[in-house]
Amino acid sequence: MKARVHVMLKNGVLDPQGEAVRHALGSLGFDGVEKVRQGKVIELELAETDEAQARDTVTAMCEKLLANTVIESYSVELV
Amino acid sequence: MHAAVIVFPGSNCDRDLAVALERAGARVSMVWHKDTEMPAGVDFIGVPGGFSFGDYLRCGAIAANSPICRSVISHANKGGYVFGVCNGFQILTETGLLPGALLRNAALKYICKPVGLKVETADSIYTGGYDKGQVITVPIAHHDGNYNVDADNLARLKGEDRVAFTYTDNPNGSVADIAGVLSENRRVLGMMPHPERMAEALHGNAEGAALFSHVVEQLVHA
Repeated sequence: MKARVHVMLKNGVLDPQGEAVRHALGSLGFDGVEKVRQGKVIELELAETDEAQARDTVTAMCEKLLANTVIESYSVELV
Repeated sequence: MHAAVIVFPGSNCDRDLAVALERAGARVSMVWHKDTEMPAGVDFIGVPGGFSFGDYLRCGAIAANSPICRSVISHANKGGYVFGVCNGFQILTETGLLPGALLRNAALKYICKPVGLKVETADSIYTGGYDKGQVITVPIAHHDGNYNVDADNLARLKGEDRVAFTYTDNPNGSVADIAGVLSENRRVLGMMPHPERMAEALHGNAEGAALFSHVVEQLVHA
């Protein structure tokens, strides 16, 4: 089973990289971009076959390592 | 006084930190990240600057989960002294020993230059060799030194006099100009600037040396 983890800076935490991308888009003529947030996607290949179990395990991985919950939020998608 | 300096793959200020501690009179043991225990009788642990594990995932995240860090955390939880500089500060926030997190610099640039640091409290073994309000010059060298902490924790840090240093001219976007913070028991300090790189005359000035000499003096007499 494959899991995909999305990690984003929490709302309210300034994302200077997203801001830089927004400025760059504006200077390329893409108007009307009000906000850009940049995050990361982590894909995991799991031996686990039980969905609920996989979700629990990946959530534990996010809490312990994949995300820093002080500044980041995460979501887990099983694919 | 016996100090340990942790060495991760990618640490590059470990020797500087060890030399600064030795010159202040400490006996220093270098401790590899795969070790699981501190050498016997360690009073003080230094977590050095650098780019542990290539800054993969997040600065300090992999190091914070390395075998030796369990021992660093238990040393701190038993009331031991832990000092993190630069990447060491990032590692200490990742372990949860210090609040907040270090984000990418607001201007997105790696910054390497001397900065003015204001001593915000003299109430710790680290800052007791300075006067409150004193400004010292110490270099920074980081890409991710933008200290971020939520409003509640910021109010707590200020209310408990736990902001150790602030920048006189904020270089990286840190909340409230914060350059270094103390733990609740004041025994864990994390700071982005490098006092070990301004610790002898040949470095340009020796204004960082008082931090190390005060630590050693206090722990020798403890």
